[in-house]
Amino acid sequence: MTDASMQTPETGRHSVSLTASDERTRKRAKAEKRFRMYGIIAIATGLFFLLVLFASILKEGIPAFTRTVVSVDFTLTEQQREAAEGELFKTKAYANLFIAALKNELDERDLEAEVDNAAIERLLGKVGGTIREFYSQNPGKLGEPIEFDLAASSRVDGYFKGRVSRDTLQDSRFLQLSDLDLVDALTEAGIIKQAFNWPFITGADSGVDNPGGAGIGASVVGSFFMMLVVLGLSLPIGVAASIYLEEFAPQNKFTDLIEVNISNLAAVPSIVFGILGLAVFIQFMHLPQSAPLVGGLVLTLMTLPTIIISTRASLKAVPPSIRDAALGVGASKMQAVFHHVLPLAAPGILTGTIIGLAQALGETAPLLLIGMVGFVARGYPDGFIAGFTEPNSAMPAQIYTWAARADVGFYEKAWGGIIILLMFLLTMNIIAIILRRRFERRW
Amino acid sequence: MSFVKLSASALAITAISATTAAARDNVQVAGSSTVLPYASIVAELFGENTDFPTPVVESGGSSAGLKRFCQGVGENTIDVANASRAIREKEIKACAENGVTDIMEVRIGYDGIVFASQQSGPAFNAFEPSDIFNALGAKVLKDGAIVDNPYNTWAEFNADLPDVEIAGFIPGTKHGTREVFEEKVLLIGCEATGAMEAMIAGGMSEDDAEDACLNVRTDGKSVDIDGDYTETLARIDTNPNGIGVFGLAFYENNTDKLKVATMSGIAPSTETISTGEYPVSRPLFFYIKKAHIGVIPGLKEYAQFFTHDDIAGPSGPLANYGLVADPELANTQDAIANEVTMGSGS
Repeated sequence: MTDASMQTPETGRHSVSLTASDERTRKRAKAEKRFRMYGIIAIATGLFFLLVLFASILKEGIPAFTRTVVSVDFTLTEQQREAAEGELFKTKAYANLFIAALKNELDERDLEAEVDNAAIERLLGKVGGTIREFYSQNPGKLGEPIEFDLAASSRVDGYFKGRVSRDTLQDSRFLQLSDLDLVDALTEAGIIKQAFNWPFITGADSGVDNPGGAGIGASVVGSFFMMLVVLGLSLPIGVAASIYLEEFAPQNKFTDLIEVNISNLAAVPSIVFGILGLAVFIQFMHLPQSAPLVGGLVLTLMTLPTIIISTRASLKAVPPSIRDAALGVGASKMQAVFHHVLPLAAPGILTGTIIGLAQALGETAPLLLIGMVGFVARGYPDGFIAGFTEPNSAMPAQIYTWAARADVGFYEKAWGGIIILLMFLLTMNIIAIILRRRFERRW
Repeated sequence: MSFVKLSASALAITAISATTAAARDNVQVAGSSTVLPYASIVAELFGENTDFPTPVVESGGSSAGLKRFCQGVGENTIDVANASRAIREKEIKACAENGVTDIMEVRIGYDGIVFASQQSGPAFNAFEPSDIFNALGAKVLKDGAIVDNPYNTWAEFNADLPDVEIAGFIPGTKHGTREVFEEKVLLIGCEATGAMEAMIAGGMSEDDAEDACLNVRTDGKSVDIDGDYTETLARIDTNPNGIGVFGLAFYENNTDKLKVATMSGIAPSTETISTGEYPVSRPLFFYIKKAHIGVIPGLKEYAQFFTHDDIAGPSGPLANYGLVADPELANTQDAIANEVTMGSGS
């Protein structure tokens, strides 16, 4: 490089001032400005969609957390209970007793609206089950007046939440226009009121004619046990596999093949794992159908590649100097990995695990084939082991089932379920963040 | 060390649960999505009213359910298959090959199939099977000749119908409902329009002509819905001109969104269906593996509970949801009590 050659291009240009920007600099500055704006627009669009999503979830889902109840004193005598227990359709007998009692009470109160048993039956949800359960748990309360908060029917609930209005209501066997007068009168009398929907949070799924009784609690437990299986299997297997591949395995064709296949596995559609689960775990290994154990095993297969890939990435990100230093002061290879490399990689591993778990938590497709989607309303498991083996649903499966039902009340439940699912996810993430903070080491 | 402990305990849990897995104590049901609502109502009540655990009811369609039903005998197979059509000879054979020989058939009642459109859409108030066939059939009779369906609007073949684009949402082939739709609407319409006669006159055998009648057009005006009725409802919601096929119970639960059309002049209702006046209805069934009775606790009790007068009768919760009660329920109850299987001369 001679001076002459350096100057040749400069001679083409006029004198360049460093203070006043020329055409090309301005162009570059503009391009940068534009690029920044694209970035801001992209973020703003993302935020906008997120906001819309959250707003619609909250708007549709919040009503699921309140319910309309019929709150009234009810006394059941020993004889009445025995008579009801003697029937085949016991809950119906209990419901009829309650309807008769409510009718008497309303007659005494002398309401303006007309009251008959059929109308009361239309206003009430499925109340027999709640009453029967209460007295089988508290047999000592027989003969005493108990204040029951019993679910109103889904259409009465919809009347308070705006799903049903007087203008569009058509008389049917589910609800008649005249019933709404009774509802208004009862609301004024303080018998029908709004309450927090505890049964939604603690209950299990209910039949399609009983949206008021449907709860997500049991499927939260189902999801919890599934996540335990996924965490308990995929984390140790995934971490062990990636440590071996990353730190100990020889580099040859065979390990290359394994690496490629792990990456491929991560891209396999989840329904495929469901078919595998049906064929291997249920039909071959004879594990129970509809059980969180099988669901967890299937989801483990799905989560493994995610964990292996992220673990290997975070192991790779630990500077080689750390290994060299450890080996240099006489540590064995295993000591170097477990005492020095792994703790430094832990935050990355945790992040990968939580992403994998979050994916597994929201997965419905693989559960379709192993019997966890449908009507699974067994309630809470009897113990820790039973939690893995007793039939149960999972949260996304439950949401999917509700969204497909005819009664609009279930649609609202599905949105409410999404809120619970997000809260579950958030809790998992917070635990991961706390763990990550504790493990985090700087060098 | 913690990893070792974790994986060891996980393996232990797996091992323990695998051993306890041997005893299933709940009834396992799968099959028709039309029967699912009724089965779920019964399952909930069965759990509430008896000491048996609540049965698990899966969906998936009649054919898929019967396929799983026929996979064999044993605790890892389902006990009951729900179906919105009767089991086929082919399926009975497939069952027998896998050792499922003693099958009990239980008819729980009838279901009506209705044609409904958006509440605020054009006036689809009355249909004849021939209208549906002309709108959705693959080949129709026009001007004395069999041609690929040329119609774009309903008014082109029936001036009483609205002049709007044809858009039909019909159940997909895995649904039992499809079979009823084909037999009671398309085939009847095919005969009524004279298309079938023309096909036979054109050199087709009777069977071939029947098959040709059942084909629906594939130019996008007839859409197969493989999911549930909620999917059909969503399609109708977004398409004011759409006509959807629903179960009576689903329609009755959504009367604020849907308006129903009469078929051959008869409005669908539980009354018209139980008397047989309304033409498009079909029986609903479930099938039980007799070999599982006595092995799976509560299986026979479930069937008896399902068909009890208080449940499946005209004033029971199933009828209240939209099932049309079977007038011959007593025979079904006897058959279950005596564990009468198919083909044993009942």
